[in-house]
Amino acid sequence: MPFTRPATLAARLSRLIPVALLAASAAHAADQIKIVSSLPRTGSSNAQTTTMVNGIRMAIDEVGGKIDGFEILYEDMDDASPQRGNWDPAVEGQNANKAAKDPLVVGYIGTFNSGAAKIAMPILNRAGCVMVSPANTYPGLTKPGFGEKNEPKVYRPSGKVSYFRVVPTDDLQGSVAAEWAKELGATKVFVLHDRELYGKGIADVFEKRAKEIGMQVAAVEGIDPKAANYRSLVTKIKASGANFVYFGGTTQNNAGQIAKDLRSGGVDAPFMVPDGCFEEAFIEAAGAANLNGKTYVTFGGLPADQLTGKGAEFRERYKAKYGTEPEAYAVYGYEAARVLLDAIDRAETKDRAAILAAVAATRDFSGALGTWSFDDNGDTTNRVMSGQAVIDGKFTFQKVLGR
Amino acid sequence: MEFTPAEVFAQQVVNGLSNGMIIALIALGYTMVYGIIELINWAHGDLFMLGAFLALTILGALGLQEASGPMAAVAVVLLLVTSAVFCGSFNVLADRIAYRPLRNAPKVSLLVTAIGVSFIFVNLGLFWGGVPMEVFSGGIAAAAPKDFPALVPSRNLVGTDDGVHFTLRDLLVVAVTIPLMVSLWWLVTRTRLGKAMRATAQNPTAARLMGIDTDRVIASTFFLGGSLAGFASVVYALYNNTISFQMGYRAGMDAFTAAVLGGIGSLPGAVLGGLLIGLTRSMSDQYIETRWTNALVFAILIIILVFRPSGLLGMKQREKV
Repeated sequence: MPFTRPATLAARLSRLIPVALLAASAAHAADQIKIVSSLPRTGSSNAQTTTMVNGIRMAIDEVGGKIDGFEILYEDMDDASPQRGNWDPAVEGQNANKAAKDPLVVGYIGTFNSGAAKIAMPILNRAGCVMVSPANTYPGLTKPGFGEKNEPKVYRPSGKVSYFRVVPTDDLQGSVAAEWAKELGATKVFVLHDRELYGKGIADVFEKRAKEIGMQVAAVEGIDPKAANYRSLVTKIKASGANFVYFGGTTQNNAGQIAKDLRSGGVDAPFMVPDGCFEEAFIEAAGAANLNGKTYVTFGGLPADQLTGKGAEFRERYKAKYGTEPEAYAVYGYEAARVLLDAIDRAETKDRAAILAAVAATRDFSGALGTWSFDDNGDTTNRVMSGQAVIDGKFTFQKVLGR
Repeated sequence: MEFTPAEVFAQQVVNGLSNGMIIALIALGYTMVYGIIELINWAHGDLFMLGAFLALTILGALGLQEASGPMAAVAVVLLLVTSAVFCGSFNVLADRIAYRPLRNAPKVSLLVTAIGVSFIFVNLGLFWGGVPMEVFSGGIAAAAPKDFPALVPSRNLVGTDDGVHFTLRDLLVVAVTIPLMVSLWWLVTRTRLGKAMRATAQNPTAARLMGIDTDRVIASTFFLGGSLAGFASVVYALYNNTISFQMGYRAGMDAFTAAVLGGIGSLPGAVLGGLLIGLTRSMSDQYIETRWTNALVFAILIIILVFRPSGLLGMKQREKV
């Protein structure tokens, strides 16, 4: 009979495939959910992102690795490549696609760099997967009217908001920085940026605010982040007569070399940088002697040792668990994971749409950063920022900004 | 501390020449190897990077990070010599293992091999940065840029601090580069080895028939070219105070551009090309805008190549029939 052969073939095949095992893993997958993070783990951001990943792991451990009967799996993905030593658009795209296609994934924590978020956001938005960033500060990702004309619509192909962040944006940090610079005695500033989304964005806001509050802006220049040195630029700064230098950019984009060349080129004007340089790696790259007493760093939040309440408890538990002081962004990694877990808990399902709705509905969340909500754009309502100076090779808290 | 326009210009000339000389030093190694076996040695920039890592390792191992005065001078000489010998030998090794077996293969195979060697060097640098030494900040962040101790202070040597700066570092660049260039020129034009090199470059088969051990001559060329990269790496590190496993790419690119601009294969051409690029960069930074600098350098390269396809001082290629 013609039908017997396929039937026996199927029977034979079924013997080859370990059916029991398949059934078991399917049942297993039913009560598992997965959270992934995508951060630059290779390169100079590593010290910062390691403590962020530690923060995420802590948040998961604190709920016992289980929520609503779902076992929580966590994958720490790297969006940097050794070739770039920095986040890589290709790798970030792969990570986002991998997460979007994996039915177990219900939340994506990342990215570290705003440029990387631009790539991941539309991919995850299409897949309906919620994304919570612990570190992106470029305003255009969420706020209409701050970036390009098509932002932030271009990141939301589904029309829904699926991206949230727990840090205040650069339009707040840049203008707070300009105000602080004025307080520190700046009258004529030379503004530099690294030509990246984050750096240029924050430098533009700084420039705008500086002019508004009556400071002169000598020039705004985009640097070559791979240049061997900035001596010629320093000569230009010196010739401009500026008494304050602001650099919108990150440690990876040569902030340390600029500080070195300013000092060795005989410019002793104060130097201010945003939170992209708020990490030990910046002091190491620049050499403490070139920074001491003349370098200021703004940060869109409070440093770990200034946290109060649940934030202070976090710091204590972190130190007890990992034996080191958390870097500035660790608590943001922790907070991002907590707000996501809280939403999953309220959604009581592993359905992406329900979890997304629950995250968007986060109001008066009592977290390590205080009590805050997500607004309709997906931004945190938290606006506390801080300014630090480099003294004796250490970031030293100076004051709370923007309150 | 107001600068007059003339002082600004003079300062930019100093900046441009110092940066240009470092580029020229690397470009010489490129051009020598090209001249003799027509290999565009992509790994040259990365060899330069390894030299800088060796220098930092030696400083850390001998505890000389804080050295000053005569001790610093001794350290600088020590670094120059060890990095030069190391890079030279490493280059010979690369030739022996990777390039020599391909001596009669098509040039494209050689080029691709050099790109491969470049990758190996870059990853070696990445690995090296992870060595748990204090100078590498404990090796925690292998890929992070490393601070190179300021053994040579940037003390101004001319006039007051308000005027044009010509620092001890600028002097270091000149003091290392000029004698090296002169002795290289002397070696190539006035010695037996130089003559053998030129003969090998012109026609390896005929050179071999004349009793020249071309393999040895080529190895010597690799050694000389590599050691120039070693010297350059120490000068670069002392001048900029930062080294990174990725620095070879940009340095190699600049040097390659310099070599092509001056006419690849020509020693004076490489120097001229390097100085031109250094000056163009600093002038563009001052009078145009930093973000146009790279575009300007390559625009000049393209224009020069349109009118002089073999570079400023390059010989017209003879057709080999």
